[in-house]
Amino acid sequence: MSEEVRTPLIRLEKRSGMDKKKVWAIRVASILVALILGCIPMIISGNNPFSAYGVIIQGSLSRPVYIRQTIKIAIPLLGCALAIAPCFKMRFWNIGAEGQITIGAMCATYFALYWYDKVPHVVLLLIMFLAAVIGGGIWALIPAFFKAKWNTNETLFTLMMNYIAIGIVAWLQGGPWEGRKGSQLIPMFNDAARLPDVFKVHCGWIVVLVLVVLMYIYMNKTKQGYEIAVIGDSVNTARYAGMNVGQIMMRTMFISGAISGLVGFLTVSGANYTLFSGVADGVGFTAITVAWLSQLNSFAMIAISMMLAVLEKGANTLQTRLQVPASISDIITGILLFTMLSCEFFINYRIIFRSRTGKEEKV
Amino acid sequence: MEKKPIIEMRGITKRFGQVAANDDINLELYCGEILALLGENGSGKTTLMNMLSGIYQPDSGEIYENGERIYIRSPHDAFLHGIGMIHQHYKLIEVFTAAQNIILGLDEEKMDLAKTNVRVKEICDRYGFEIDPARKVYDMSVSQKQTIEIVKVLYRGAEILILDEPTAVLTPQETQKLFNVLRNMKEDGKAIIIITHKLNEVMEVSDRVAVLRKGRYVGCVDTKDTDPQALTDMMVGHSVSLNIDRPRYEHPEKRLIVENLTCIDDEGVKKLDSVSFTAYSGEILGVAGISGSGQKELLEAMSGLYPLREGSIRFVNDDGSEKELAGLPPMKIRKAGVGMAFVPEDRLGMGLVGSMGMTGNMMLRSWKDGKGALLHKKDPNALAKKILEELDVVTPDVNFPVRKLSGGNVQKVLVGREISIGPAVLLTAYAVRGLDINTSYTIYNLLTEQKMKGVAVIYVGEDLDVLLELADRILVLCGGQVSGIVDARKTTKDEIGLLMTQFNSKEEKAHE
Repeated sequence: MSEEVRTPLIRLEKRSGMDKKKVWAIRVASILVALILGCIPMIISGNNPFSAYGVIIQGSLSRPVYIRQTIKIAIPLLGCALAIAPCFKMRFWNIGAEGQITIGAMCATYFALYWYDKVPHVVLLLIMFLAAVIGGGIWALIPAFFKAKWNTNETLFTLMMNYIAIGIVAWLQGGPWEGRKGSQLIPMFNDAARLPDVFKVHCGWIVVLVLVVLMYIYMNKTKQGYEIAVIGDSVNTARYAGMNVGQIMMRTMFISGAISGLVGFLTVSGANYTLFSGVADGVGFTAITVAWLSQLNSFAMIAISMMLAVLEKGANTLQTRLQVPASISDIITGILLFTMLSCEFFINYRIIFRSRTGKEEKV
Repeated sequence: MEKKPIIEMRGITKRFGQVAANDDINLELYCGEILALLGENGSGKTTLMNMLSGIYQPDSGEIYENGERIYIRSPHDAFLHGIGMIHQHYKLIEVFTAAQNIILGLDEEKMDLAKTNVRVKEICDRYGFEIDPARKVYDMSVSQKQTIEIVKVLYRGAEILILDEPTAVLTPQETQKLFNVLRNMKEDGKAIIIITHKLNEVMEVSDRVAVLRKGRYVGCVDTKDTDPQALTDMMVGHSVSLNIDRPRYEHPEKRLIVENLTCIDDEGVKKLDSVSFTAYSGEILGVAGISGSGQKELLEAMSGLYPLREGSIRFVNDDGSEKELAGLPPMKIRKAGVGMAFVPEDRLGMGLVGSMGMTGNMMLRSWKDGKGALLHKKDPNALAKKILEELDVVTPDVNFPVRKLSGGNVQKVLVGREISIGPAVLLTAYAVRGLDINTSYTIYNLLTEQKMKGVAVIYVGEDLDVLLELADRILVLCGGQVSGIVDARKTTKDEIGLLMTQFNSKEEKAHE
C-alpha cells in the first residue's frame, strides 16, 4: 500500500562538507542573483536596468572624486561592522551600535568644542579619540552588565539605548551646545579638531584598515577571541570550561562599543566637522548587514562595505540622472541580504526530491 | 465477555538512525480503562505514544481504531481520531489565559470566549477539575498548567488520553487529585494511557500494565494480578552477561568525601537531598537511578557548575590532607590543583564546542595556558593528534568541526581530552549513551584503565547490566536522595530496580 511508508515530496539532508571553492562560488553567485533580482524594481519604475547599473558604477567609481566619496561612505560601515563582529560571534545581539556611535561622537565633540584652544592639535585629537572610545564602550557596557547580572534581553536593551543617545544629542544641539541662538545647530569644529587627510580622504581609512587586521588577530589568534567563540557556540560549554561568561560578555561589549565610539569620532572629526542627532545615520544598522554578509570575516567586510557604499553612492547619482529614487540601493541591499542568507542554507543542506522511479534526485 | 479494543497497535517499529527505539510492539487499549505504560528510561514509551499522537510516524506496523486501520500523520490527524496527548513539557502560551490556550488552534470557535468558558466549566464540573478560565498561564502552578493541558485535550473531544509522566512534577496531594480526575474520566468511558516508571502509582491507579524494555514489548498484565516485584522483573529483565573486565585495585583510599549535599533548582524543587557518600581511588562508583533523580545535579555540583544549598565536598590528597571544594567555581577547583575531569551528558552542548575541530576542543582545558594574550595552539594540536591516533577517532583532520562527527567519535574526543589531564576524579554521565557496541567497550576499557591508575571514577549510567559488571559499588539515587549504596559484585538487578523505583520511608514522611 502506498499509504504505508511515504517519503515526502521534498526533504532536506544535511551536507557533511563542501570544499571552500564551491562555497565561495555559491556566495558570489548569490550576489549575482541579487543583482538580477534588483532589475525587477528598475524595470517596474520604467528604466533600463543595464543603464541603471551603469550609472551606479559610473557615479561611484568613475572619477577619483567619486571614489573618495564612496570610500568616505565605506569607512564608518566597515568600522562599525568590525565593532559588531565580536558581539555577533558571541551571539550577543548588539543592535545598539547606532547609539554607541552617537555617544562616541558626542564625547569627542565636547573636547572639540571646549578644548580646541587649550591643547596642541595632535593631543586634542588623541583626547577626542580616547573620549569617544571610552564613551562608546561604557554606553555598550550598560546593557551587557544588565544581561550578565539579570539576563535582560540585550536586543531590546541595546535598541532602546540608541534612542536615548540620539535624544541626548538632540537636546545638546538645541540647548547647552547650541551655536547661534535659535539655530538648533552645534558650531562647526575648529581646524584643530579636524582629522588630517591622507590621499585627500580623512585618515580614518587608515584607522579602520588597521582595525581590520587587529580584529582578525583578536578573533582568531587570542585567548579572548577563543572565549568569545566558545560562548557563541554554547554558554554551557563556556561555563564548563571555567569561563566567567558574564565578565567576558561585558568585556566584549566594551570593546565593541569602543570601536563604535571610534567610528563616531571619525565621523564628526573627519567627515561632518560637527555633531547632530543623526550623526550615526543608520550606519549602526547597515553594519549588521555588512557583518552578516561577510560571515564575520574582517577581510570580507572590506569588500562588502565597499559594495554597499558603491550602491549607496551610485544610487544618489541614479536619482539625479534618471530620477530613480535613491532608495533603490536599499532595495538591492535587502535583496542581497536575502539571497546571501538563503545561500547559506544551500551550503548546509541539500534538497532531495522524491522521484517516481524511486530514485532520488539530489540538488 | 469479549471486549473490543478501541485502539490496537500492531508490530510497530521505529528507528532513529541505527537505534530501534521501538521494535515490533503490540498494544491494545480499551474504553473505560487506565493502562499504565511502564519501562525504564530509553525503553521507548514516549516514542510509542508519540506515534499514536501523530508526532512521529512508524517505520512499519499498523494502528487500528475500533478495528479499522487508521493513519496518523500529524497531531491534527490524531485529534480527528479522538486521541489527545498531554506531554511532559507543557505546550502552553504563557501570556494567554487558560481559555485562550484551550481554544488555541481551533478555528471553528472564532474565539467566542463566553461560549468557551461555559464549555470549559462543563468539563471541569464533570471530572472535578478546578481552573479559572480567565487566569493567565504565567500565574499558574505546574499542576494547574497540567490541568489546562488535560482540559484542552478533552475540549477537543478526545476519547483517548495519553499522559506522559504526569506525576513527575506534582506533589503527592496534587497527584491524588489527578488520579481522582483520571478515575472520573475512566467512569465516563474514556480510555487513558499513563506513561510512568513509578511502581506505586501504577499499582494505585491503573487497571492494566504494559511493560517495555529496551524498545521491545515485554508483556501486559492486569494490575490486580501483579505486584511491584513482578513488575520490576519485567522492567529490568534478567541479567545479561556482557563480559566486561573488572579487575580489583590493590589499595583503594578515600578520594572524595561528599556530605549532606543539597541542591534546589530555580523553581524551588529539591534536586539533591542530603546526599552523602565517599568515592575511593581505584574504584568505579556506579550511579543508578531513573533519569531526573538528581544524577545531573550531583555531577554538576561536584564539578562546581551547580549551586549548592548545603553540604560539603572534600577532596583528599595523597598525603591525607583535605581540600573543601563546595562552592568553588570550576576554574578555582582547577587552580587548587584538583584534577577533576567531567564527561557531561550533553556532549556537544556542554563538554565540547561543536563548531570547532579537535584542536579547538582540546583548548577548552588549556586555552589560558602560556604567556601573553595570544593562543598557544601547538600543545593542543599535538594532543589532538595523539588522541586521534590512540582512540582511532574517525575525522578528516583535527580541525574538522566535531559537530559533524558521529556520536562515537564525538565521545572519544571528549573522553580522550578529559583523561588527558591525568585526573584524580573522573565524573562521567551516560558515557555510552547512543554509542555502538564497539565504542561502548572502548569507553568501558578506558574507564577501567583509569581506575587501575588510581583514579576515582564516578559512572552515571542507565543500563543496569553494565553497571553491575563495570562498577565496584553502585549508588542508587531516587528522588534526589541516596536510596542505597550496594556492592556491585554481590547485588542483583532486582535489588537495584527496587531501590530505583520505590521511595523509601524517609521520603514518604518528608512529604507528609
